[in-house]
Amino acid sequence: MNAPIIRIRGVSKTYDRSDAARPALAGLDLEVRAGEALAVLGRSGSGKSTLLNLIAGLDRPSEGAVEVDGVAVHELGEAALAEYRRKRIGMVFQFFNLLEDLNVEDNVLLPAQLAGMRREQARARAGELLERLGVARHAQAFPGRLSGGERQRVAVARALMNRPPLLLADEPTGALDTASAADVRDLLRGLNAEGQTILLVTHDTALAEACADRTIELLDGRLVRDTAAVPTSGGVR
Amino acid sequence: MSALGKVVRAGVGRKRVQTLVMVLTTMAAVTACILATGLLVASQGPYQRSFADQHGAHLNVLYDPTKASPAQLAATAHTPGVTASAGPYPALSVQPRAGADVRIPPPGSPLPPMTLVGRAKDGPMDGLRITMGRWVAGPGEVVFLDGHSPLAVGDSLQFPDLPGHPTLKVVGLATSVSWSADGWIAPEQVAALTAPGTKPAAQYLYRFAHADNDTEVEADRAALAAAVPGGALAKATSHRPAQAEANRTAATFVPFVTAFGVLGLAMSVLIIGVVVSGAVSAATRRIGILKSLGFTPAQVARAYVGQALIPAGVGTALGVLGGNLLSVPVLGVAHKALRGGLLGIPLWVDVVVPAVALAAVTGTALVPALRAGRLRTVEALAVGRTAPGARRAAARGGPVRAGAPGPIVRLQHLIGRLPVPRALSLGLATPLTRPARSATTAAAVVLGTAGVALCVGLTLSLGAFQDGLQAERSSKVVVQIPIESSTKAVDHVDEAAVAKAITTRPGTRAWYSSAPTPVAVAGNTGRSAVIAFTGDASWSGYQMISGRWFQGPGEAVVATSFLRTNQVRVGDTVTLTDNGRSIPVRISGEVLTTNDLVFVDRATLAPLGTAVQTDAVGFHIDLTPGTDAKAYADGLDDAVRPLGLSAETGGQQINIVMLAMNTLAGTLTLLLAVVAGLGVLNTVLLDTRERVHDLGVLKALGMSPRQTVGMVVTSVCGSGLVAGLIGVPIGIVLHHQVMPAMARAAGVGVPEADLTVFDPSVVGPLILGGLVLALLGALPPATWAARTRTATALRTE
Repeated sequence: MNAPIIRIRGVSKTYDRSDAARPALAGLDLEVRAGEALAVLGRSGSGKSTLLNLIAGLDRPSEGAVEVDGVAVHELGEAALAEYRRKRIGMVFQFFNLLEDLNVEDNVLLPAQLAGMRREQARARAGELLERLGVARHAQAFPGRLSGGERQRVAVARALMNRPPLLLADEPTGALDTASAADVRDLLRGLNAEGQTILLVTHDTALAEACADRTIELLDGRLVRDTAAVPTSGGVR
Repeated sequence: MSALGKVVRAGVGRKRVQTLVMVLTTMAAVTACILATGLLVASQGPYQRSFADQHGAHLNVLYDPTKASPAQLAATAHTPGVTASAGPYPALSVQPRAGADVRIPPPGSPLPPMTLVGRAKDGPMDGLRITMGRWVAGPGEVVFLDGHSPLAVGDSLQFPDLPGHPTLKVVGLATSVSWSADGWIAPEQVAALTAPGTKPAAQYLYRFAHADNDTEVEADRAALAAAVPGGALAKATSHRPAQAEANRTAATFVPFVTAFGVLGLAMSVLIIGVVVSGAVSAATRRIGILKSLGFTPAQVARAYVGQALIPAGVGTALGVLGGNLLSVPVLGVAHKALRGGLLGIPLWVDVVVPAVALAAVTGTALVPALRAGRLRTVEALAVGRTAPGARRAAARGGPVRAGAPGPIVRLQHLIGRLPVPRALSLGLATPLTRPARSATTAAAVVLGTAGVALCVGLTLSLGAFQDGLQAERSSKVVVQIPIESSTKAVDHVDEAAVAKAITTRPGTRAWYSSAPTPVAVAGNTGRSAVIAFTGDASWSGYQMISGRWFQGPGEAVVATSFLRTNQVRVGDTVTLTDNGRSIPVRISGEVLTTNDLVFVDRATLAPLGTAVQTDAVGFHIDLTPGTDAKAYADGLDDAVRPLGLSAETGGQQINIVMLAMNTLAGTLTLLLAVVAGLGVLNTVLLDTRERVHDLGVLKALGMSPRQTVGMVVTSVCGSGLVAGLIGVPIGIVLHHQVMPAMARAAGVGVPEADLTVFDPSVVGPLILGGLVLALLGALPPATWAARTRTATALRTE
């Protein structure tokens, strides 16, 4: 069995500092193994996005520890967090979050350029990814001219640019039509089959079933269901 | 509160940083405009203003009371042409001596002949303004005319030839727009200062219907002389010398105050425009929401004009206050230099400037507000979800079919290919997303940089100019007749002995002496002073406007005024006369001095048998590097004391006009820089806010805080550098126009060396100054961008 790539220990997150505030996450423990595809399910306000933000280093836990790929994310400063996001994770968003004034190739190149990769090497990698994801013909196009499915493919290419060990996807089919959603679903499944660890936040159970080999469900910031039959890793406190 | 009112209030209160920037920007812009306009008004005819304020007199007349009766004198008020008169005031023509407590000149030394008048400070005409000290409280005190006082406040003067040897103490200095007297005393003091057997003259002051030129003034004087018995009009002085001096000084201010004023006004309009239109444009999506709720386009326009007017109104009010507060010291310095004019901002400036500022705010807010109000609601709602550059790129077509991208897209692409870190190339391309806003802000920085370049150039030029004007004081050590009395007086200076003392003293590098002579210039009797030089004066600080320093006998360098008065040019020959003999001298150069002087080598005057005025000779000494000037002067002083001379270290005096110009230029430049910096800050803040979502994406992709700051700061680098490259040459061109215009107004030329002050060591930092100005403005929003939480930024639409 692969080693855990994500270790979450006793993580709580409260946005409102008043005593009466309800925590977005309450004492969560979770482990995700390398190569796993984990789907996080839950209603709006259940804490899914908060969990994703904490793992991505976009936010800090109020309590507890978040460790990803051996990095104690909760202890990192802003500069180290930026480096962590560059090297360890790739992110795919519901609304793609492509920079509209950069063309497809420049969008995909960004993470490598921010990491200081040599230009030729970065362009070769971007070309390879765009080819693999079927959007190479749009390399010089601007995102505004692409369909939703094509934009999300570009976003996935961008997320994979620096070969991150962990791919985080936040409602990746939430803004897509049925055909495009199926397209992206197949893409994620294929990536996981190639060994890419994926953490998928969604409220779409069909997507979770299709893409994930393990599903957890959050309710009011607590883990209420985990399909993994591994009693030592995860569970309700 | 109406729905419209709530929208306006919420719009102002919610975007506090933007509101604050708008308040600060309008405040700085209005302050600069108030001050610049106030200075422009102050430099326009300060004399006429003072003349009107102080009820000046066109003629100051002294009558001999023994030759005309009081009734005859009183009747002169009805002489044809006289529109107002005042008097009689008892007036005395005296020549006192310096009192025992006076340091300069030596006690007991004769002071220049002067006219003292016994009168009150205020009167129907020629109201006097105290500029230092106080008005006379009674007998024993005197107030002198400011700028013409032979003594300092606190000094005393004595009248040893009068019964009782009366003394007066100088208690103050005053300005008189008519120069009606040299000093004023209490009327009850007059009797004690009147020589036995004489009567004080009667002074009358007159204003005439026509006294605009010397001819008219002379006609007025003749009319008065004809109105009294022959010889009764003893002396008449006019306001014309005072007017000429005041106007000449004021005229030197006009070119540079105009340059700064125009720069300040233009920049203020640009910045107000960019700040206000930017604030309204940034709210387009909110306008869409308001329209979806039922707001009409007119209501939307009113709401956004209101939102712009509230902070702009506060800023304008603060700017008026700031401008008036700042005007106290600034106009005070100008008033001191101009010897009159404004001491406060005129009310009309306080009304017109804010009115124009608020009209500019309304106009610049109305255009984008109306445009946004006319947008279809769905379009307005869509704005803000996509970057402006992307909309433009999409609208121009091409990106998908990579064949025909627009020029801006192509430029963005090219910038993206620059061999610099991606964060920096992203920053460099940012201005292209809002080219009009970026160009306007860059234009403001251009004007700010031009202002800084002009200020630096003027400061350097005025400093060099001042050095040239005070060349005789530029030497390290000066030997001359002492100004205090502890040294024995001599009738004749042994120049050879002094020269030996100087040349044999260790540390002497070079020296020359200069002395006035009684030599006259043929056809120019009594106007020009001829100064004879001995030794090598080539190292002195005298600056040549044209030609060269004289190289021996037979040559002379002359002042600009000499060339003008005698209608000669460099290369011409003039004739010097003395002792009934004459010699021709060729003018080899034009030297910088405000006096009508002719400089020659003393050997030139040998054929005339001229005896120089050795009691006024001055020896000017330059020292070898490393020599302690004070120790040298002390040692030399011991050597020359027995010769009746003293040695002192040299030093230049502070010139109030130069000080005023530097102060005004510095203050206005600082304001220009602040306004430009605030403009940049506002532009970057708007750009950053509009792109905060993109910023969140970039941070999510791994952009570090340092890279974020770098990207935002770099967004102004291009425009800052371009602004420097354009603004500095503009400033240099302005400098080359303003400086000669100022010199012309002062009646002199400008030495080329005083104009060519922009060497690479000055220009380089100035060009970078535009960049620094832009970077300082961009740093606060850049820091804010770096601190913005990524998750929050990603949620922002």
